[in-house]
Amino acid sequence: METITTDVAIIGAGGAGLRAAIALAETDPALRIALISKVYPMRSHTCAAEGGAAGVIKPDDSFDFHFHDTVGGGDWLSDQDCVEYFVNEAPKELLQLEHWGCPWNREADGSVAVRPFGGMKKQRTWFAADKSGFHILHTLFQTSLQFPSIVRYDEYFALDLLVDDGRCQGLTAMEMRSGQLRQFHAKAVIIAGGGAGRMFPFSTNGAIKTGDGMAMAYRAGAPLKDMEFIQYHPTGLPNTGSLLTEACRGEGGILVNKHGRRYLQDYGMGPETPVGQPQLKTMELGPRDRLSQAYWHELQKGNTVSTQWGECVLLDMRHLGAKKINERLPLVHELAESYLGVDIVKDPVPIRPVVHYMMGGISTNTRAATPLPGLFAAGECACVSLNGANRLGSNSLVELLVFGRSAALSAIEHIQGLPAANAAALNVGAEATQARIRELFSRSDGSESMSGLRKEMTDTMEKNVGIYRTEEGLKEGVAKIHELRERYRRVILTDRTNVFNTDLFQVLELGSMLDCAEAVTVGALARKESRGAHQRLDYPDRDDTNYLRHTMVYRQGAEPPRVDYLDVVITRSPPGVRDYSGDHK
Amino acid sequence: MPPAQPGTVSAADAAPHGGAVASPGRPGGSKERTVQLEVLRYNPDTDTEASFQRYAVVCPEEGVVLDALNEVKASVDPTLNYRWSCHMAVCGSCGMMINGEPKLACHAFLRDYAGVIRVEPLAHFPIERDLVTAPDDFMEKLKRVKPYLIPKESKPIDAGEYKQTPAQLMKFRQYSMCINCMLCYAACPEYGLTPRFIGPAALTLAHRYNQDSRDGGRKQRQEVAATHEGVWECTFVGACSEVCPAHVDPASALQQMKIASSVDWIVEHLIPGGNGS
Repeated sequence: METITTDVAIIGAGGAGLRAAIALAETDPALRIALISKVYPMRSHTCAAEGGAAGVIKPDDSFDFHFHDTVGGGDWLSDQDCVEYFVNEAPKELLQLEHWGCPWNREADGSVAVRPFGGMKKQRTWFAADKSGFHILHTLFQTSLQFPSIVRYDEYFALDLLVDDGRCQGLTAMEMRSGQLRQFHAKAVIIAGGGAGRMFPFSTNGAIKTGDGMAMAYRAGAPLKDMEFIQYHPTGLPNTGSLLTEACRGEGGILVNKHGRRYLQDYGMGPETPVGQPQLKTMELGPRDRLSQAYWHELQKGNTVSTQWGECVLLDMRHLGAKKINERLPLVHELAESYLGVDIVKDPVPIRPVVHYMMGGISTNTRAATPLPGLFAAGECACVSLNGANRLGSNSLVELLVFGRSAALSAIEHIQGLPAANAAALNVGAEATQARIRELFSRSDGSESMSGLRKEMTDTMEKNVGIYRTEEGLKEGVAKIHELRERYRRVILTDRTNVFNTDLFQVLELGSMLDCAEAVTVGALARKESRGAHQRLDYPDRDDTNYLRHTMVYRQGAEPPRVDYLDVVITRSPPGVRDYSGDHK
Repeated sequence: MPPAQPGTVSAADAAPHGGAVASPGRPGGSKERTVQLEVLRYNPDTDTEASFQRYAVVCPEEGVVLDALNEVKASVDPTLNYRWSCHMAVCGSCGMMINGEPKLACHAFLRDYAGVIRVEPLAHFPIERDLVTAPDDFMEKLKRVKPYLIPKESKPIDAGEYKQTPAQLMKFRQYSMCINCMLCYAACPEYGLTPRFIGPAALTLAHRYNQDSRDGGRKQRQEVAATHEGVWECTFVGACSEVCPAHVDPASALQQMKIASSVDWIVEHLIPGGNGS
């Protein structure tokens, strides 16, 4: 097996991975950087983010406001030292992107424009029409092209981390074009591989969002943190699951039920605000968890609209007018028209909540370090505890930047003065990967189809780990995922050839998702309270006495995982009431 | 290669976004139809040449060609290979030839096609396998045009943003929308004939930065863009703009670059004291 020796290996070339790579290259041009991704960088799912990126920039705003919005939005499960660091770094990172050419929307005087977003007290969301993630990704990718020390390994599928002497020292990966295995020996590894939304059947996430990075860390012994917190975005297209950005509501769109009532006022987010005059932190600009939960209640009450795509509520943007829609929301206009046949200028668009984002992930601290020395993580795959129990829209694009850079700086610090790698020991790890792949190719007792197992997994997640959860449903979910993990050992690899074998990659991705699903279900069952995106019908209240803690799930091979807890860092905001009523000033 | 099963009709439970996965709350779902596909297959491990394979799958009428491919992959033939991810025409992964036209499979609506739909890999790029092509040439050319901001004047981060008016932004914004799907390369007759041509998308991105009020790197980019493998290779057929799913209009970018290059030449050669700057 060919060995590639580098200083820092990065898994994932989306927003976080590219930001890390650039920070490494800028800080020390002599560093060897391997940027490894299963897709070409511009295919990374950062490109699908629409609404924008939050950072304090306007005179009426303050770090303090952004801090409190984020902590309250996260239902006090955020680590407050992390939030503090984040809000301070956010504008610098967004300005850095501006200096790299990101086409942010502008005010008439040439300064950067901001728009309102859910759960934010002030307007602080920088945006590039409704293609903000796309522009961030391409700006980073294009900027990265000027650094010769960033060596890209596009379409290399990362497989396992190499750990020796208690340190992460590299990884194995498959060159997808040839099917050849490679080992990367690195002094530090940064995982920036994204979330695992494809565990669910109805998701805004692209096909590549299968949690491979999370699962690699989990298999190597690093804990996954707060995995039970799954964000449902309140406004997805009901057939494809495509995202209609929160900016639809930030610009003034309203949500109505089948009676034409703006039902959010019935769920603690009223009183009603005038149509077309959105007010911050109330009604349609409440946080995502509350809005998705309100949909569920409307569904129970029979207030939803029956459509050919199932039960929906309506997002009405007609009053914004064609000019504003085309200037601020061109992608939304196009998506609704082409995939659903609805012209948002003329008609309300049916929508329903859709799995969008994972608050949980590989446990990291504010320096983006995992408990496994030499392993760092950033972006959706990581849980740095910025987002707590519910992420505010437009914090995640900034998270990629702030913690991508942080991971790079921490990695540089880590690699100073390290002892030389024991190549023989790393080879042993690489041979284990080789044996695992060979076994898949030579398996003769396969009896389970990949697509069959995948469907059972996604159905289980939707049925048992949805917006509202119960003890009974979660127990069933845990048992079913355990069963599927067992059956996965007999999955059939139909295609046993070498070149760009997507049957193989889908089998491997299913394995990653099952690892993640195990942590999600076990964490959800163990958390007997309701907080943010984790809502239990049998434990409807937040329980700060017992659960103001992070869930830490450790893999135990074929055995059920071990669940432990870690205290939340509270510095200056004691747990309080999340108030999104318009009365509250 | 294990034998595939052409012509099998699968279960009719495909959700458009996620292969063979039914989403709840879709009782009856929308209208469905049987989609016939004729897909070019090639596996360098086992095949000496490419050949077409027929599939038939049931898909929602409102779906896209990608949904049909996903249904084939999940229910009929796991050995079929293609790239895809976002299913919303922004990641640029699923470019392929559909009935001879370069299209994103996620944005090729079944309602627009009757009869057998012919699906082939993107033209003008080498096939890696099945519908997967090797984009190496595009990636190399993209890098050569220096598609990043080369600041006119450098400025520290803490001095704040470069001011840019909405009008200045509009000068280049359209050209910044390129998703790198390479449909324009598959459509471009010049690129087909003259592979050294830098091509529509890469040149458009060079133009995007040249037009940015913050940028001062045009002269550096001209070293590649203003040559005969650059804009002057373009014969202004305009096929690139017709197929662009992001409405970037590369043809107009290239035309503007030609005009600007001509002006450079005039300044340099015909105007006394001109220095071409």
